[in-house]
Amino acid sequence: MRFLDWRNGVMAGVMLLAMSFGAQAQQSTAPEAPEIPVGSNSTADHSKFAILQRDFTSGPEVTSACLTCHNEADDQMIHSIHFTWEFENPKTGQLLGKRHVINSFCGNVAGNEPRCTSCHAGYGWDDMSNPPPRQSTVGTGWDETLPRPTPASGQSNAVDCLACHDRSGQYTKAATLAGHPPLNPVPDGLKTITGAKAWAVDLKRAAQSVGPTGRDNCGNCHFYGGGGDNVKHGDLSSALYKPTKEVDVHMAADGLNFTCSTCHVADQHQIAGSRYDAMATDPHGTGKPGEPRSTATCESCHSNRPHPVSGVLTGIKGLKLNDHTNKVACQTCHIPEFARGGVATKTLWDWSTAGQLDNGQMIKREEFTQSDGKELHTYLSTKGDFEWGEDVVPYYSWFNGTIEYTLPETTIDPTKSVEINHIYGEAGDPDSRIWPFKRMIGRQAYDSGFNKLAYSHVWGPDTDTAFWTNFDWAKAIEAGMKAAGSEYSGEFGFVDTHMYWPTTHMVAPAEKALQCQDCHAEDGRLEGLDGFYMPGRAPLSMAGMLGILMVLASLLGVIGHGLLRKFSSKGKGESHE
Amino acid sequence: MSKRQVKIYPRFERIWHWTQVLLILTLLFTGMGLNGLHHIIPFGPAVIFHTIAALLLLVLWIFATFWLFTTGTWRQFVPTLDGLVDVIRFYAYGVFKGEKHPHKKVIWRKHNPLQILAYFGLKVAVFPLVWITGILYMSYNFWEHIPDAGFYLNIVANLHLLAAYIVAAFIIIHLYLLTIGHGFHAHVKPMITGYEEIDLSPEEEAYLIKDEPWRLKEPQS
Repeated sequence: MRFLDWRNGVMAGVMLLAMSFGAQAQQSTAPEAPEIPVGSNSTADHSKFAILQRDFTSGPEVTSACLTCHNEADDQMIHSIHFTWEFENPKTGQLLGKRHVINSFCGNVAGNEPRCTSCHAGYGWDDMSNPPPRQSTVGTGWDETLPRPTPASGQSNAVDCLACHDRSGQYTKAATLAGHPPLNPVPDGLKTITGAKAWAVDLKRAAQSVGPTGRDNCGNCHFYGGGGDNVKHGDLSSALYKPTKEVDVHMAADGLNFTCSTCHVADQHQIAGSRYDAMATDPHGTGKPGEPRSTATCESCHSNRPHPVSGVLTGIKGLKLNDHTNKVACQTCHIPEFARGGVATKTLWDWSTAGQLDNGQMIKREEFTQSDGKELHTYLSTKGDFEWGEDVVPYYSWFNGTIEYTLPETTIDPTKSVEINHIYGEAGDPDSRIWPFKRMIGRQAYDSGFNKLAYSHVWGPDTDTAFWTNFDWAKAIEAGMKAAGSEYSGEFGFVDTHMYWPTTHMVAPAEKALQCQDCHAEDGRLEGLDGFYMPGRAPLSMAGMLGILMVLASLLGVIGHGLLRKFSSKGKGESHE
Repeated sequence: MSKRQVKIYPRFERIWHWTQVLLILTLLFTGMGLNGLHHIIPFGPAVIFHTIAALLLLVLWIFATFWLFTTGTWRQFVPTLDGLVDVIRFYAYGVFKGEKHPHKKVIWRKHNPLQILAYFGLKVAVFPLVWITGILYMSYNFWEHIPDAGFYLNIVANLHLLAAYIVAAFIIIHLYLLTIGHGFHAHVKPMITGYEEIDLSPEEEAYLIKDEPWRLKEPQS
């Protein structure tokens, strides 16, 4: 039995790999089972519950069934960022979340809802100007011949339980149905959120399989942010479905076999770990023995002094390394590069060149070869020019966890590269650490009359304004601004932007961590970070030069003296006597 | 007065000297690596060896200081003006004219006045600068919480570096001066065997013959 489970796992692994490495792979049958079992210590077997012994015709219908027992889950979920896509940063007061920010990838959700909200942890959110619906009826693309799901009184059946708890592996969300799964009959050309050809989801099987969240549940959305595998984060890719130890020492199946939620602990559906309000450091550390973890930081398991201090040589090394933890984030040394494991990340996205056509036909250039031989697009008429990177050396900066966004209403200076998000922190600040980041380079639309970032309406196969079907920026931006309810001057341009993504996944094994000299050297990795003393990077500093001059003067002195002795009339000089 | 081979560098002093040589060379080599001047040894091992050598040297210096004061040998290192000008004049001028070294080694002054001045400077200024800045540098994490600690660390580190360069310059000159007179070999030998030719007064000689005969070598025929 165990053998069969294992074989199923491998089978599913191969299929998921096929699915992730080749988004174009024509997969129309569902994956068999989750690649990495999460292991459950549950006291319930959901396949035996009477309420799940039926055929479901929609996602919300399944949720309604879940809520008959889990009667607080919907309330917990509708107040979570996974559902609201809204986050008020307590440090800056900024209202963030996908519902509000503009990034340097696909830009904005407003105006592109059913496509972007395909990854919403709910069903049927097709209008960003309103909060997500709590009682979902149906969404865009709903088969009107099917019966409409009916929520229990007062409960929010628009929450998608299966996205995070399906363990059958075959639950997915369609790419363009505002969060709904592809159901029978699957329309032609429909894709899933990972870019695979859609299959008909068996909701009954999914509902009976539920269990703790596995890495596939998280990854199917988070690995594909920005429109493709590893496009956005750089440290979150399909490589993490089944990574080697080299790629991720925590998640490797032959190692610790962590799921995402091993670190990202949850309490009543509030999940630890945030990019909007990051923890640059965790002074709480491991806390008291037996104390439950409430953060996703490295320190919450490894403590603030993680390096072993036993033995003479290793002890001195460990002590010295531990002395770094109040200035350097764990990630800085232990994630030597991101986008490891064979999946590249987008490092540059230039929207300004989008829209070029060849005799009315869309252009596609594939001039980046990934290490697995796959050709990645470097120009698309729909999206513009791209650059990609694999095994990318991060950008390093002081970071205290505070991030301030250039919001859609923020006035920008278009003569300079606009920071989509500003990371705070400085050398003298005890709460700041040197952190690794992916620094995304962008060039994107802005309102050149009001000097603010512009919304654009890119997706919408039926509209005559969507950029991806009409290739007309003027229309696309006007429609985007209108959809977002943002005042528009009517004039637009393109502005250089950059955006920071804290790197925290893909932790390498200890022996692959950075070595001292990677930073303690001239032109080391921290070149450009100033305001602190770091030995090894300036041998020719003022004191260094002074010292070298002193030694040279001594040498010249003794050589001169020696030569004088040699050639003076009386020869070598006499003895002491 | 008679010239006799007298043991003037006891075993501890010689062990002290050569251990110090080994440790200081280790410290200079690893330290230059840490400073970024060379990359012969990677930074991590350099930190480890530098730390170990520094701690050993501190222990050695504690012993040496104790020894200097308990044995009274510290008196050998008290600077004196007596004969200093002559020695300076010798190195600056006389040596080129084939003059004899003006210093006569006596049992209570085994170093010449310029030597004493140099060693004294090392003992009371350069070495303390090295170990005080070194200990401050090593213990940075204990005082980093004071305001502007980063600025002070910069000063500490640069003073440590300068002190190290002074030691390096000292070694160059120290080695060179060994070549003057009897020559390098003859000057190194006493620090190995302990014996050096000393002008003994009859009283000193009589005392040594009677009470410390092991310090005297039989006169060579």
